[in-house]
Amino acid sequence: MQTSIKHDDAPGEARSLTTKPRRGTKVRRQRVKAAWLFLAPMLIALTLVAGWPLVRTFFLSFTDASLSDMGAANLIGFENYLVYDDGRWYGVLADSVWWQSVWNTVYFSVVSVSLEVVFGVIVALILNAEFKGRVIVRAAVLIPWAIPTIVSAQMWAWMLNDQFGIINHLLMNVGIIDAPIAWTANATYSMWAVIMVDVWKTIPFVALLVLAALQMLPKDCYEAAEVDGIHPIRVFFRVTLPLITPALMVAVIFRLLDALRVFDVIYVLTSNSTSTMSMSVYARQQLVEFQDVGYGSAASTLLFLIIALATVAYLYVGRKQIQLGGD
Amino acid sequence: MTTRQLGKIAKRIGFWALIILIMLYAVFPFYYAVVTSLKPSSDLFRVELWPSSWNLDNYVHIFSQTSFLRAIFNSIVVAFSVVFIALLFGLTASYALGRVRFRGRSTVLLVILGVSMFPQVAVLSGLFEVIRSLNLYNNPAGLILSYTIFTLPFTVWVLTTFMKQLPMELEEAAIMDGATPWVTLTKVFLPLMWPAMATTGLLAFIAAWNEFLFALTFTLTDTQRTVPVAIALLSGGSAYELPWGPIMAASVVVTVPLVVLVIIFQRRIVSGLTAGAVKG
Repeated sequence: MQTSIKHDDAPGEARSLTTKPRRGTKVRRQRVKAAWLFLAPMLIALTLVAGWPLVRTFFLSFTDASLSDMGAANLIGFENYLVYDDGRWYGVLADSVWWQSVWNTVYFSVVSVSLEVVFGVIVALILNAEFKGRVIVRAAVLIPWAIPTIVSAQMWAWMLNDQFGIINHLLMNVGIIDAPIAWTANATYSMWAVIMVDVWKTIPFVALLVLAALQMLPKDCYEAAEVDGIHPIRVFFRVTLPLITPALMVAVIFRLLDALRVFDVIYVLTSNSTSTMSMSVYARQQLVEFQDVGYGSAASTLLFLIIALATVAYLYVGRKQIQLGGD
Repeated sequence: MTTRQLGKIAKRIGFWALIILIMLYAVFPFYYAVVTSLKPSSDLFRVELWPSSWNLDNYVHIFSQTSFLRAIFNSIVVAFSVVFIALLFGLTASYALGRVRFRGRSTVLLVILGVSMFPQVAVLSGLFEVIRSLNLYNNPAGLILSYTIFTLPFTVWVLTTFMKQLPMELEEAAIMDGATPWVTLTKVFLPLMWPAMATTGLLAFIAAWNEFLFALTFTLTDTQRTVPVAIALLSGGSAYELPWGPIMAASVVVTVPLVVLVIIFQRRIVSGLTAGAVKG
């Protein structure tokens, strides 16, 4: 096999091995076989932890399974989702708390991801500039990213503490507020407290991905723009932004999917309060605290469908930027 | 002084003000946690930017709890195992997806994207079943297994992007020399992939270190918990008197190694990316 390449194929032929698909070549067949072999460990792992559990969750959502005895479950059809009984509607879809948690999640995701992208790009542009002490600033900016979500939630919970928190203290000293605000307990402010923590924590993630893209950009466009005396803001929108869009799209999709399943920040900051409850918090509460696996699975399945829908919509809109295995 | 020069100076001042603002925003919460953790409990509720008196009581308190030490150990084992698995599986998978054309490649990429969008809660009950049937409930090994659901797709996705950007000539040369795909991957691409692997490995490590939902749900006893759960449950004692001192001390303890790690790896990531994989 190896000698056949060396002796029979001209250099021009080798190019076709990686660019044009040509069935029948020995090397090609070997490569495709190796590709599947290389994929196998990942595919097996993902089947075990993602594929099968998803199928089971979907199945359990049509049963009355409970956490203590998951084996003894009866099929009950759509009762976990929606059922009319004795003059009233029951099920996840009839629960106002569920719809509140859907709205909370969407609001949280859109607001926090938008803020993160804007600030992330600004931070990346600054980190990409040449100045003294850049390494120190870059390291400092990465600190929020390195801090576990639980820890950052606790740190902010302490800073936002209504009686002893430094934020209320500062705001009152400056004179912006007259009385301490219960940031995490008051329904008006708690969602903003959650967004504040999430934005703080994830700007570095966006900035890091954008920075990586910025540093791969060709220098000559910028030199040309500088020679032509084009305004930096114009250069950003005309040259930089289009070139970093693929990286930005990847960052946005990961952040958006992350935000839609938000759990930790909300669980630690505001616990089970309905004014900030996300879909994940709702589903887990049903599943673990109320031990109702069937009902919780129904909520999980709905959450999955909503996120799947959002992803499809995103991919449809951004299909030009993200090419799945395309050329 | 011309207006042009004035404008230049104003721009410089604005630039540095922005940098200082960003630095303050990024570092202050951590700084404040350090300050709080060093305060004696009598001073805890006095708001101050610099502690007027300080001691290490909170740290002594934290390290005298074996459950906390155990949680750190569990977190280290889990995070390192997860990174190793994610990079190993991710590297081979990304070679297949980034360098080889084969039927079904787009489908595999779509599946990976699909898994990466999995809300963890969506598989919670099913995964609970799997972990219980594998006898891994209340066992860090169960966490290692379950964490591949979010580290692996991410690793594969990012590594594939990097793989695709490597020059074709390298691989052609390897093929011409009769290298098998495994040799091509380990001898030709692996050395070039280190910056990408540092990036993704660090992301995987932090994701595993941070993970809370699975760790909270799949472990039960103090000895099996990871650090995030341990810290979240530190506050569980009483509803009114949260032990803020110990919480902040624990927070600082688990964060400092990560911060150090990030600073070390950050140089590597940046230099690796700017140097470029291949010249000429």
